[in-house]
Amino acid sequence: MARRSFLQWPVVRQLSTGDLLGRGPAVTSPRTRAIAPRTATADRVVQSVCPYCAVGCGQRVYVKDEKVVQIEGDPDSPISRGRLCPKGSASEQLVNSPGRQTGVLYRAPRSTEWQHLDLATAIDMVADRFIETRRRTWQQEDEKGRLLRRTMGIASLGGATLDNEENYLIKKLFTAAGAVQIENQARI
Amino acid sequence: MANADCIVVQGSNMAECHPVGYQWVAEAKARGAKIIHVDPRFTRTSAVADKHIPIRAGSDVVLLGALINYVITHDLWFKEYVTAYTNAATLVHSDYRDAEDLGGLFSGYDPETGQYDTASWSYEEEDGGAVDGPGDGTEHGSDASARAAGHQLGSGGPPLEHAQVQRDDTLQDPRTVFQILKRHYARYTPEMVQDMCGIDVADFDYLARAITENSGRERTTCFAYAVGWTQHSLGTQFIRAAAILQLLLGNVGRPGSGIMALRGHASIQGSTDIPTLFNLLPGYLPMPSVGRHDTLSDYLESIASKKQKGYWTDADAYTISLLKAWWGDAATAENDWAFDYLPRLNGPHGTYETVMGMLEDKVEGYFVLGQNPAVGSSNGRMQRQGMSHLKWLVVRDFNLIESATWWKDGPEIESGELRTEDIETEVFFMPAATHVEKAGSFTQTQRLLQWRHKAVNPPGECQSELEFFYQLGQRIREKLAGSDDERDRPLLDLTRDYPTDEHGDPDAESVLAEINGRHLTGPDAGKPLSAYTQMRADGSTSGGCWIYTGVYADGINHAANRKPGREQGPAASEWGWAWPANRRILYNRASADPAGKPWSERKKYIWWDQEQGRWVGDDVPDFPIDRAPGSQPDPAVGGQAALAGDDPFIMQADGKGWLFAPKGVIDGPLPTHYEPQESPVANALYPQQQNPGRLVFPRADNLSAPSAGSSGADVYPYVFTTYRLTEHHTAGGMSRWLPYLSELQPEMFCEVSPELAAERGLEPYGWATIISARSAIEAKVLVTERMTPLTVGGHTVHQIGLPYHWGVGSDAVVSGDAANDLLGVTLDPNVQIQESKVASCDIRPGRRPRGEQLLALVAEYQARAGITIGTGNRRMTDPGAVNLHSGPGGDGPDDGETRQ
Repeated sequence: MARRSFLQWPVVRQLSTGDLLGRGPAVTSPRTRAIAPRTATADRVVQSVCPYCAVGCGQRVYVKDEKVVQIEGDPDSPISRGRLCPKGSASEQLVNSPGRQTGVLYRAPRSTEWQHLDLATAIDMVADRFIETRRRTWQQEDEKGRLLRRTMGIASLGGATLDNEENYLIKKLFTAAGAVQIENQARI
Repeated sequence: MANADCIVVQGSNMAECHPVGYQWVAEAKARGAKIIHVDPRFTRTSAVADKHIPIRAGSDVVLLGALINYVITHDLWFKEYVTAYTNAATLVHSDYRDAEDLGGLFSGYDPETGQYDTASWSYEEEDGGAVDGPGDGTEHGSDASARAAGHQLGSGGPPLEHAQVQRDDTLQDPRTVFQILKRHYARYTPEMVQDMCGIDVADFDYLARAITENSGRERTTCFAYAVGWTQHSLGTQFIRAAAILQLLLGNVGRPGSGIMALRGHASIQGSTDIPTLFNLLPGYLPMPSVGRHDTLSDYLESIASKKQKGYWTDADAYTISLLKAWWGDAATAENDWAFDYLPRLNGPHGTYETVMGMLEDKVEGYFVLGQNPAVGSSNGRMQRQGMSHLKWLVVRDFNLIESATWWKDGPEIESGELRTEDIETEVFFMPAATHVEKAGSFTQTQRLLQWRHKAVNPPGECQSELEFFYQLGQRIREKLAGSDDERDRPLLDLTRDYPTDEHGDPDAESVLAEINGRHLTGPDAGKPLSAYTQMRADGSTSGGCWIYTGVYADGINHAANRKPGREQGPAASEWGWAWPANRRILYNRASADPAGKPWSERKKYIWWDQEQGRWVGDDVPDFPIDRAPGSQPDPAVGGQAALAGDDPFIMQADGKGWLFAPKGVIDGPLPTHYEPQESPVANALYPQQQNPGRLVFPRADNLSAPSAGSSGADVYPYVFTTYRLTEHHTAGGMSRWLPYLSELQPEMFCEVSPELAAERGLEPYGWATIISARSAIEAKVLVTERMTPLTVGGHTVHQIGLPYHWGVGSDAVVSGDAANDLLGVTLDPNVQIQESKVASCDIRPGRRPRGEQLLALVAEYQARAGITIGTGNRRMTDPGAVNLHSGPGGDGPDDGETRQ
């Protein structure tokens, strides 16, 4: 084993690096020196907004190899000034959670289990059911002959983490289809 | 909030539920502001406040009413502000009778419908007539309630026939709003607060002094609330009471003033602005109702009269621009801009009525989009049972939430009420994209739109709602193509010319551009509108949500504006975009005095610049930019032109802040205290126990506990309230599947005081079972002095705190019983929000029984309390105490039975 040189003595390191209290570079291990934070090695940083409460904290999303590797508070935001709460700080797990479902599942009537469906088939099946229910439950007029032009057979309950643009398309499609029972967490 | 001199947080646990927003409260405190937290529980908000004042859940109107009374009787109201900017001087019609005179009901109560004919609450006309609503006159409360008309007031006040009101600027006429207000709250005293809220007189005095000493020309007080105020059968009136108090103190439209609604979801504000709600179209336009809105002209007349003041008189331009945005060339002058393409309402179609419709097999298909009603909605059992009646269910989420799996692992499977093999419902689980896997805008709690850029593509088959609904719409239209059925025209004529990417997915920014609107004809055809004042009623403009017009002005996505905060002034106008017109403080004309000068140098914000002849300041002025302070146009001209120089409330039909609401608040023109649906306390102010206008659902699956004075009330002797934790989000769909958050808050618990623990033999960290009239759940026991027993009406009232994040399922990292299973469905009549912040229960040590024995326990309690379907559901507590109609009196206040 090589003898430790005089220059590696802690006190010398503290003096030579300016880290007088021995809490910084003077005590950094070679392993620590060799690694870099994910925020430094990311390919790009994308500005976003926290999806939990309505304060609207700014987020910086760090992406490497087309994967989200870290989410941090955005210091530019005049609302949050770089801070995030426990939920916002954990939002990287929202994206990369091991239990996250990435495939369509279907449960048939009376079945005890899920089965997989491919996305296009599922959308097609939902469209068929939408049209069929709409036909079957259509109400053109009320008992006094006044226009109703609707179905009470289709309903929706949306969360309030949907984007404005998403809510807009949902409201537009459902209203045109005559489905009036569209509701949201905002009622609750 | 950082500019406030005093902040009252009531109905909110801001430090834990909006932690990052709370930094501004902390900043105000560091500068010397006084922070007061009024809440049933001592929380981390209380811990960093100057004072915590424990209150009995549901008694807030008593406290706020007493503060109003204090301000008036001690002559501490802001005279110039109140006289000039509110309706204090306006005369109310002589037919009006106050709740003080009628045993707790106002004039016009209709016992048949349980709602008011609000005509007698009107302003008076010069000839003694009443200032009616527009069009066919004042809508009956039962119709207004059915369509939750209160929601329509999300961007301005209710309409009036005209704004030629009678005033007495001395405020001495007994029929002025000011005198009515004074009489109404005269019995709301500190002693009443002590008796009903459990707040002692010294604490009341501290609060009253704090807010009045920090209001006026030099200082401002701010209130903050959350669902602790909204989720009550009287919720709208809690907020109204705070609005009256703040107007009296001159705390609206000024820096550090206002009433901050702390909304709980990233875009819950956006979800009402561009509503996925049954009763609204974008921009707070109503969904048309049968009988009221049968033609376009009926519809437009009902929204606003051309003779009232303010910007709502242009509702025709906003409506027709929306119809042009949706149906393009198919919307023509000849077909009333396709107005008949819109479906019609004819009753309440809110989420709870929809679930009842499922139970009656009227609803076949249900989309659940990023929401977990099996856990997050009141009366969870009713929610899950309702879903078991569906033909098909589509759940779109990140994880297999309880609303997707109730058919195999829900509580009703365990109890034996449902059997998986018998459930006919088809369930589609569609995986969703997260917030970083799609571009789009959220609207946060201060009306600020912030754009999110897309960071990565969603994995596997995950899709955004934008992509899913675009593709579903395309598929439906393909299947209907060539249909000559007239009912399919609205679907086939829908504008959908959004540019798509290589996956066929639409560009979110093009949707935002459609929402913003554009010129359709003339030299600017195709160009984006820059302000809603450019919208026209002649079909020459389009725009999907008039209040958002300007977000895409000049073809620039202003929601994506990102000038760092440190490089801007306090309004930070170049970060995101706030509706309307990028204004950061609404009604900011009120930050200057009637002559247009700032009330004080310290609270300077917007003022009149005589040389330039315009309003200037730190924000976009919320007023006609060149309307001089002294302008007194003839109110008969209507619209924005009729706004006088001292009418700062430009979306109100008379330009004034409403202390008294002659229209629009259907359960009373002035907030009046009623007890919750279930309460161990009798209303000491009136013979009327509960809100007579509340919406009740007397059903076997929605029973209520008897209230004070009724036999059986002692079976459910305790009050419980539900709440959130910092580490979880609502029903857990975005938190109980995350390992970090699940580790931080792993299991369901209940907070009880040491006194209650001793009374019921509850062991710290042991199990307890909580039983309501609907269900029973189990939770770990947290014995803590954070819960304070209160002395109310001479009795001790114990309150129990229950977080509501957990649910019974098998896929989450952590699961547990759902607090919402304990709750029933009783709604506020203005907006149809459920009372979930207060109800009655019992608590006992040990775990709950399993299987059928759970149902037996709940039934045993119900039998012991003598509960029937009618219990608690009679709207008028004692019809004999109120002289509304002839005929026999009621059964007396004691039996708790309904006569339905």
